[in-house]
Amino acid sequence: MTPDYTTTARHSDSRRPARRTEHFVADVSETPLQVTDRVKDEAAPLSLWGEAWKNLRKQPLFLISAFLILVVVAVSVFPGFFSQIDPTSEACQLANSDAGPAAGHPLGFTQQGCDVYARVIFGTRSSVTVGLFTTIGVLLIGGILGAVAGYYGGWIDSVLARINDIFFALPLILGAIVMMQLPMFRTNKTVWTLVLILVIFGWPQIARITRGAVIEVRNADFVTAARSLGVSKFGALMRHVMPNSLAPIIVVATISLGTFIVAESTLSFLGIGLPPSVMSWGNDIQAAQASLRSNPMPLLYPAIALSITVLSFIMLGDALRDALDPKARKR
Amino acid sequence: MSASVDFQEAGYATERPLLEIKDLAIGFTTSNGEVNAVRNARLTVMPGETVAIVGESGSGKSTTALAAIGLLPGNGRVTTGQILFDGEDISNASEKRMIELRGNSIGMVPQDPMSNLNPVWKIGDQVRETLKANGLPSGPDDVAKVLSQAGLPDAGSRAKQYPHEFSGGMRQRALIAIGLACQPRLLIADEPTSALDVTVQRQILDHLDKMTTELGTAVLLITHDLGLAAERADQVVVMYRGQVVESGPSLELLQNPQHPYTQRLVASAPSLASRRIQAAKELGVETDDMLAPGETGVVEPAKSDDVLQIQNLRKVFKLRSGLGKSTDFTAVDDISFNVKRGTTTAIVGESGSGKSTVAQMVLNLLTPTSGKIIFDGVDTSTLNSKELFAFRRRVQPIFQDPYGSLDPMYNIFRTIEEPLRTHRIGDKASREKKVRELLDQVALPQSTMQRYPNELSGGQRQRVAIARALALDPEVIICDEAVSALDVLVQAQVLNLLAELQSRLGLTYLFITHDLAVVRQIADRVCVMEKGKLVETGSTDDVFESPQQDYTRALLNAIPGAGLMLPPEMDVA
Repeated sequence: MTPDYTTTARHSDSRRPARRTEHFVADVSETPLQVTDRVKDEAAPLSLWGEAWKNLRKQPLFLISAFLILVVVAVSVFPGFFSQIDPTSEACQLANSDAGPAAGHPLGFTQQGCDVYARVIFGTRSSVTVGLFTTIGVLLIGGILGAVAGYYGGWIDSVLARINDIFFALPLILGAIVMMQLPMFRTNKTVWTLVLILVIFGWPQIARITRGAVIEVRNADFVTAARSLGVSKFGALMRHVMPNSLAPIIVVATISLGTFIVAESTLSFLGIGLPPSVMSWGNDIQAAQASLRSNPMPLLYPAIALSITVLSFIMLGDALRDALDPKARKR
Repeated sequence: MSASVDFQEAGYATERPLLEIKDLAIGFTTSNGEVNAVRNARLTVMPGETVAIVGESGSGKSTTALAAIGLLPGNGRVTTGQILFDGEDISNASEKRMIELRGNSIGMVPQDPMSNLNPVWKIGDQVRETLKANGLPSGPDDVAKVLSQAGLPDAGSRAKQYPHEFSGGMRQRALIAIGLACQPRLLIADEPTSALDVTVQRQILDHLDKMTTELGTAVLLITHDLGLAAERADQVVVMYRGQVVESGPSLELLQNPQHPYTQRLVASAPSLASRRIQAAKELGVETDDMLAPGETGVVEPAKSDDVLQIQNLRKVFKLRSGLGKSTDFTAVDDISFNVKRGTTTAIVGESGSGKSTVAQMVLNLLTPTSGKIIFDGVDTSTLNSKELFAFRRRVQPIFQDPYGSLDPMYNIFRTIEEPLRTHRIGDKASREKKVRELLDQVALPQSTMQRYPNELSGGQRQRVAIARALALDPEVIICDEAVSALDVLVQAQVLNLLAELQSRLGLTYLFITHDLAVVRQIADRVCVMEKGKLVETGSTDDVFESPQQDYTRALLNAIPGAGLMLPPEMDVA
């Protein structure tokens, strides 16, 4: 190589007209050189959850749904604070059957002469209980099975995936009708029976979501880095993989909490859910059906309560999805 | 036109610039308000000329080019300034006018050949679409002609194939064919080869050069590699934080950079730095100060034995092919080399050469099919779980992707503390002290401790990864493409840091990379791998000065700027 400071033929191309190109240098004062890779230390440290919370706080969708959910939860925990009227059948007076709103009874009466407002208030608890505990159960079973399947893969994954498919293929309503007719459940129905059945048919969805999220994370470099530090395989799953898979699971769980409440009402409406002795929106809607033409109001109010509750959980799920979506965060 | 008159010498007819960008500012509307991506951008492309825009990620180089073809993202717009294409201001031209211009006046070759071809369309159909859109004849013969001009052999039958049947280089040729199909007067090439192996990169760029010279097409080349820009372009425009800081004839700019940023860039670009070392060697100039290691407080390693011995290492993967059958794929084929304590050995190869598989086996994350890895006299495959746990303390990795190698849920303190906690070293207070020391060692402020990875830049994350790797006082560090994803200046900083740590702590590095230019700066010995086999090994000087194998020679020639001769002495502030 000859040490002359020229380049290949390209720069002395004779076919091109010789041009002079200006050598422009920007004013250094206008384009100051900054320290390469300086750590910004103005802002307070912010974790991913912190950042998600910061985004959430500004979203009207989140604020509205969170407010509604807080109200619903408060009503279900302290129903007596919202209504002092005893809504149980014993306290109802048939004289009030299908009566319209009266002083102290803003929403009127059912066919049985019960106060509609009080029944809606006291029916909240069973709906919320079923929704909440079903979600917890589904998260435990689906989460564990999905995580194990996704993380360990191989034959464990194959077996669990097939079991998952079988449960996924069973329609919830059909399954619940069959299960509820089993002798052990037929005579002894409570909120917990319903939770159990909904968990049995609800876990595959969470298991699938968890499996997908875990597979996405398990090959990340930070997991390999932890393994090569000497962290055990299970330790890496608990410490690194699970926390990083949570976001989509939380979103789906929030949305399905709403759908479990709907499922409870549907089953109760069909007469295979909660026994009539338990106050719930589904039972009330079913009872009000009889007088739908003459007095639709007793049906309308529990239905509205149900819709608002379910809608708030679905809206909350949507808001969470926006805030936790990793793609939206990569700026 | 008038602006260019004052630097046109008498005797040459005043030529109208093909593309002239004047005082361009581009703003993006984001949720955090208006962000100025580009300010005061100015550049001139004369007909038939190649102009390169050089800058690091986020410098506004791609945004400027996209504005020239009217393809800014929806939330971006030209706020002030002009883009003159052949005298016509197109900065705020109607979409209709831009559609007329795109294709037959301004062509584009996008960056990523993997995602820029529609996977459900045949290659030929994608070329035909371009021809049709611009009202050119689009029969099968025309399509084949366009493809063969772009250097695709057997174009007629290739046109009937789908993108997944093409290699990366062939896809990029197809994209070049599409970009040049209508013989535009200006071609915008946005990092056209950054996703490709170096030898393929060279072929593609050579061919692009040839075609544009034949057609008389002007090229606006966008790249992060100053060496490549200087080699391929008549004029180089350097952008920094959304502004043009310097522009001029490429050689002049390289030899006599004026702006401090350009000076730094010229000093740091690996392709240029490796050229300088080579040039200095040939001229017999002492180069110790150009090579990375610092000289203060050099710790001689306790022993000078071979800390790692790789003997006849093989790794065969079983690929599933149909029911119950599997074919063998030999990723690593019978390689042997030794790594001397306290030195840096680089394994160089292109994608698919098996270099990362070697790293995984040395880290004991993959089990070799046959052969031995002997670490400090002990065969690593014989370790029981307790010995393996101890082994993990002594060999640590640093990965390529600084965005993937740190757990986003852990703050920096927890990330660096994790190895200490895992190995139950010290109590809470002493661990915190150690983390602070480690942050000092990698030149990060201690306030970083409470931050999360998403708040740090790529280079800073890589420093955190280095600190984590150092936490257990390892003897060997495996750097798997540890600087490949970083911007040039940051890359130089990290390489310096690694070299400094080596001389201070007596570390041994096994450096896996595709970039020979980086190897020149940091490695003592080089192992060149091709398709799973070790084709050449030797000291860095020997391999660079007298490569024995054709493949090594091809790799060396493919370093951008190989044809440039630079003065070996670079005084940079």
